[in-house]
Amino acid sequence: MLIFEHSRKNRRNYSQAPAARPARNNIPDNLKRRSIPLLPEVSEMDTVRHYTRLSQKNFSIDTEFYPLGSCTMKYNPRACNALAMLPQFLSRHPLAPEDTGQGFLACMYELQEILKDVTGMAAVSLTSMAGAQGELIGITMIRAYHEARGDTGRTEVIIPDAAHGTNPATAVMSGYKVIEIPTNRDGDVDMDALKAAVGPRTAGLMLTNPSTLGVFEKKVAEMSRIVHEAGGLLYYDGANLNAVLGKVKPGDMGFDVIHMNLHKTFSTPHGGGGPGAAPVGVADCLLPYLPIPIVAHEQGVYRWLTEKDRPQSIGRLSAHMGNAGVLLRAYIYVRLLGAEGMFRIAEYATLNANYLMAELRKLGFEIAYPDRRASHEFIVTMKEIKDRTGVTAMHLAKRLLDKGFHAPTVYFPLLVPECLLIEPAETESKETLDRFVVAMKEILDEIDTQPEMVKAAPHNMPLRKIDDVKAARELDLVWNPAG
Amino acid sequence: MPFIPHTEEDVAEMLASIGAASIDELFDEIPTELKNGQLTQVPVGMSEMEISRLMYERAQQDGFYLSFIGAGAYEHHIPAAVWQITTRGEFYSSYTPYQAEASQGTLQLLYEYQTMMASLTGMDVSNASLYDGASALAEAALMAVRQHKSSRRILIPQTVHPVYRRVVRTIVRNQAIEVVEVPYDPATGQVTIDQLDQFAQEEFAALIIPQPNFFGVLEQVDMLADWAHDKQSLAIAVVNPTALAMLKPPGEWGRQGADIAVGEGQPLGIPLSSGGPYFGFMACKQELVRQMPGRIIGRTTDLEGKEGFALTLQAREQHIRRSKATSNICTNQGLMVTAATIYMSLLGPEGLYRVAAQSHANTLALVERLEKLPGVKKAFHSPFFHEAVLQLSVPADQVLDKLRAQGVLGGVLLENYYPDLKNMLLICATETKTAEDLDKYTEVLQQALTA
Amino acid sequence: MSVPTELKYAKSHEWIRLEADGTVTVGITQHAQELLGDMVFVELPKVGRTLAQGEDCAVVESVKAASDIYAPIGGEVIAVNAAVESSPEKINEDSYSAWLFNLKPANTAEINGLLDADEYEKLLESE
Ligand SMILES: Cc1ncc(COP(=O)(O)O)c(C=O)c1O
Repeated sequence: MLIFEHSRKNRRNYSQAPAARPARNNIPDNLKRRSIPLLPEVSEMDTVRHYTRLSQKNFSIDTEFYPLGSCTMKYNPRACNALAMLPQFLSRHPLAPEDTGQGFLACMYELQEILKDVTGMAAVSLTSMAGAQGELIGITMIRAYHEARGDTGRTEVIIPDAAHGTNPATAVMSGYKVIEIPTNRDGDVDMDALKAAVGPRTAGLMLTNPSTLGVFEKKVAEMSRIVHEAGGLLYYDGANLNAVLGKVKPGDMGFDVIHMNLHKTFSTPHGGGGPGAAPVGVADCLLPYLPIPIVAHEQGVYRWLTEKDRPQSIGRLSAHMGNAGVLLRAYIYVRLLGAEGMFRIAEYATLNANYLMAELRKLGFEIAYPDRRASHEFIVTMKEIKDRTGVTAMHLAKRLLDKGFHAPTVYFPLLVPECLLIEPAETESKETLDRFVVAMKEILDEIDTQPEMVKAAPHNMPLRKIDDVKAARELDLVWNPAG
Repeated sequence: MPFIPHTEEDVAEMLASIGAASIDELFDEIPTELKNGQLTQVPVGMSEMEISRLMYERAQQDGFYLSFIGAGAYEHHIPAAVWQITTRGEFYSSYTPYQAEASQGTLQLLYEYQTMMASLTGMDVSNASLYDGASALAEAALMAVRQHKSSRRILIPQTVHPVYRRVVRTIVRNQAIEVVEVPYDPATGQVTIDQLDQFAQEEFAALIIPQPNFFGVLEQVDMLADWAHDKQSLAIAVVNPTALAMLKPPGEWGRQGADIAVGEGQPLGIPLSSGGPYFGFMACKQELVRQMPGRIIGRTTDLEGKEGFALTLQAREQHIRRSKATSNICTNQGLMVTAATIYMSLLGPEGLYRVAAQSHANTLALVERLEKLPGVKKAFHSPFFHEAVLQLSVPADQVLDKLRAQGVLGGVLLENYYPDLKNMLLICATETKTAEDLDKYTEVLQQALTA
Repeated sequence: MSVPTELKYAKSHEWIRLEADGTVTVGITQHAQELLGDMVFVELPKVGRTLAQGEDCAVVESVKAASDIYAPIGGEVIAVNAAVESSPEKINEDSYSAWLFNLKPANTAEINGLLDADEYEKLLESE
């Protein structure tokens, strides 16, 4: 039942809004609203019940194992939320004078310094609101760099076929042409293809390392050399930083610009689709172009840098300063963990992934890159199972829901057929992983004995399989009271 | 170990299963020369008690103020239920609803949100959010250029939020899209037909129309929308969602209505929080839906015909369309939309109207009081919503400092954005301000002007 | 899988039929339809538009993929199939009758460069 269906005309929550309409109203008649907007008229209790019930229809980290590859679904410490929501932080206006925000700005400045250290970059801007926006900033800076040198013939960005969809979408949004290069059978980028692709038109390369195939690009140093020699710059998609945090720094691998998804590696919540935060780090060559605002610490005072301080900056990407509250949560998280905790993240994420990979392999699941170590995630391919039984990766995913586990990422990366990208994250215990293995074993047996039942999953969820074809063919995007 | 549940025994068993001697061995594919393992700027870990102490201290250092600042972010009362429900783990700690059957809560809420936003803006459809108001405006500009096909130029009045204009430039410049600014009438603070007519002979993909504009002033939206449509340009509305409870919605502007409406969702139950996270909203006409960026939720059924919800029109998006996607956006501002939906449900149409009307009335009352002070006058003689510009006869920055010393944040110095507008303050009094608050402002301003 | 012998094919999985009046009709093959899955949306070129050979000119969309359609030969678009625009599922039902658009060829010689049924079948086997 929709919230609108609980609505009754003239039912009101008098305690939530001003008690009466004020007498004064100077809005000219021709600018006044005549229609009543379709907002529900429900009691506070009905609202609370309705949305509490809706929440109960979600899987989440707080309720289920959620091994969604590439998304780093780890536990979001409650202290991070509680302390970021202290009333002084919440009530501070973004344009309030800087001297009224020294406590907040100190957190931001320290976060910047910490992120510089863990990534090995020369400087960090906190402004980006998600990974994709970080990519846009990075590629825009690469453009600014080439333009400043009068090097205007660079029109192409090279991207491996394993890359996340945001990479090619970003390159095009930034006005570049995408040159896609293949991956070899081991899961590494095809070096010959890279060598053939670089040249005077190369603006840069976007790389995820460990890659979205769940393996570490061993030849990253050579790739960096090849691209730099051709005059291009290297972009690091930091979505998988969790796997190597503190162990390997993107700066040391030769990257010129990176984004890190704090909503993955630094455990800020995903909120059913955001908000995220994706600070961007740069090497010295891109420092002048970094987007503002950036926090500076001068003579014991924190302040935002502006256009005056950074005349070559590519500009601003948000009305204020990005997702400040998310940044606060990330700050609290790193302070809770400390340096020693940073290393543990990568270590236990990697341990969990390799353990789960080993256990699933023992069950007979086909590992896409069987000769490689898993990074913090790995891929199972259902190709053989599908050819034999007709059961697809999506079918298995839905059956996992029945067994109380969120599904891994399915059908990404696109180059591995029938893939399940599995990322357990470091906060899951061995018992949870073992329960997941048992569920996967049960499904494997079910595929042999009752494949049709598996194909018709889910069975135990509040709804059966959702008809997404109908959703796209018969678009129903807003509710219409007339039916 | 904080947040890591493994016992030593677990680790030993897991390594045995993998066939590795140590955790370190799992990193053996990483070339040794790349391994670092040094962190010099990350302090040692703190307990929850210690970090709580630190954060309380920092919060206290920042304190509370009586604020009359608006300029794109507004202090409104947020009902207690909003964030109590929003931070339930099931909303807070779930991902983008890729697995529809395990995400019906978020999906249905987003469908309800789309319905509310479409109705509030008077448009046919809404997406499930963009990052913020400024980036939503940039996306709308890109969308207009895609749709228009012939022109790669956007007309944007100088009455649009100055930072929004910068953000639009930063984002569209990459695609060689030209942003042309329209000046405003210095007497009214509005875009007038005279200002526009200098562009009458040129082709533009879209005209951006703010309502209210950055000065708080109400624009002649019917005229502006018709002007755009007369020359085959799209009309992009950038609006305040609270104001829409009182003001004619973009879908009803002029003869045809605006084509795209965007704005900052923060006033709908999102705390000011030093600037974010907020959310950008975007609604449009049905025929533009396939050009829209971001997630869109559709209502459908399950195998047995029961009502259900799913992400739809995904072929627009980067994970399927890759380099041909309408935008690169992936993660949006989902949790903020959760809060906004609960906020709008609690307020309903009448509650939101009262919030808007009281904010309008409070600002009217404040301006009237302040105008009576010698050395203060209204900068523009036009109707306004809940913000207004005051012209002071003395240096406004010093006045702000004096107010600040009395615990009052007196507004925004316009000169920071419009170098020609000297000694002008942009002020805002939402429904959160009482008559005593307005008196207090009047009193401290009077002192500041005379001292 | 049957590949109609009277048609010509492009490597990008479009079929082409030379009509009696000298125009050509273009659609997507059964194989392409199967790969894409349930069709949900079709965008066709405007009538009157002139296409170069290989130019992307239409889009077919399923829930899980979107695919560009390339003009197998150059020419002017003289008709589009409104029925598939309103009911994209027709392509799934019979991709050889659910044509997309009709062209007046700029250069009929380009047709000779296309694959015949045998060659197309070989292409499918090799994929
Ligand atoms: C590898 C990779 N790159 C980029 C992104 C985009 O990040 P965001 O969703 O924060 O925009 C993701 C997120 O899903 C990702 O997994």
